[in-house]
Amino acid sequence: MLTKRIIPCLDIKDGRTVKGVNFVELRDAGDPVALAKLYSEQGADELVFLDITATVDKRKTLVDLVTQVAKEVRIPFTVGGGIGSIEDVYALLAAGADKISINSAAVARPELVDALAREFGSQCIVVAIDSRQMDGVDWVHTHGGRKATTLQTKAWAKELADRGAGEILLTSMDHDGTKAGFALELTAAISGGLPIPVIASGGAGSMLHFKEVFTSGKADAALAASIFHFKEIGIPELKSYLEKEGVVVRK
Amino acid sequence: MKVVLIKYNAGNVQSVLYALERLGVEAELTDEVEKIRAADRVIFPGQGEASSAMAYLKERKLDQVIREIKQPFLGVCLGLQLLCTHSEENDTDCLGIFPVKVKRFIPSAGGQEKVPHVGWNSLENLVKNPLLKDLPDSKFMYYVHSYYAELGEHTLATTTYIHDFTAMLHRDNYWAIQAHPEKSSNLGEKLLENFLALPST
Repeated sequence: MLTKRIIPCLDIKDGRTVKGVNFVELRDAGDPVALAKLYSEQGADELVFLDITATVDKRKTLVDLVTQVAKEVRIPFTVGGGIGSIEDVYALLAAGADKISINSAAVARPELVDALAREFGSQCIVVAIDSRQMDGVDWVHTHGGRKATTLQTKAWAKELADRGAGEILLTSMDHDGTKAGFALELTAAISGGLPIPVIASGGAGSMLHFKEVFTSGKADAALAASIFHFKEIGIPELKSYLEKEGVVVRK
Repeated sequence: MKVVLIKYNAGNVQSVLYALERLGVEAELTDEVEKIRAADRVIFPGQGEASSAMAYLKERKLDQVIREIKQPFLGVCLGLQLLCTHSEENDTDCLGIFPVKVKRFIPSAGGQEKVPHVGWNSLENLVKNPLLKDLPDSKFMYYVHSYYAELGEHTLATTTYIHDFTAMLHRDNYWAIQAHPEKSSNLGEKLLENFLALPST
């Protein structure tokens, strides 16, 4: 049976992991390749690298990093952050990334999604949506959730699927960082109504939260960062727990 | 040992090259007929669309080369599908090594299944075969595909998504894997290692 996926997310700045990592096993916790390998050995199903480097001239660092990860990591990985053109995507895929993720660029130029899907195939195009609720309505935000748009989350997700996105990475900005659980209603509404997989993100704080997002949240995959980085939850124990709770996972 | 990857208009070859590198094999990516004929192992990777891939192969006469090859040959993902007789993807006649058809996944009525089939799924009904020797206990492989090969007499293993489909094939010197061994952790690595260890023909 197809399994539900657990995806650790690594924030990258200037080629290094940031946002705090707490692994005694790692000689250098800032080395994304070492961390990626460790997660892979622990049973992570995929990895996401989110580049938060602000400047364009540092992009080369990202391509070098992708090459290193592709050489050493034996599970699929997605690279996102600041991608805005066919050339950007070509460079990352050629370096060995399995998928790329775009966000603000898709909002600014929706036709970019069509172009990327045509050029590289839907299977490697992930579109990230940052969603925030205002007066009971879910709105798409950009720039790390700071900037509101006039797009409603559910309609935007549908449009992205129609334009050829292969997967949606849905982050609830209201839940992100709270450790109070994923946005179950929103995730279920998006995932249940789409023909493509949805990766839920934002709010993971306990193993129960993962079970909830896979069952009532109808998510195909769940992404988290700090709870893995700070070892609040280990991937092996999370998978054992999910299996015991009847969620199909890879072991 | 000389290992070549057939170069054609399909993506995702770099990952396969890296996977072989991890096994200590420096493979060459080439579309030169003589190099392909002279290799000890030939790998036919791929992610892409069937009709444009077949057109590209025919244009360079690589379709003939693939049909005539005698050494161990491994098709991966789209590579498996192109080795079958026909694909529903743009109604494409394929290479016909394996007498099965390739069809599009159709979600069951009211079903929750999505297409493409993306993620880790398990191998079932494994047949005894040198490619499947000493596999690790965990039988999960990473899949990304919208089309699948039907079950047939050359099916080596199955996977279930919506229904059972062919996960691997074997006939004479041809093997094929629908999932991505280069992305399938220990199991994928063992399959590639077993392929490299097959007796030369």
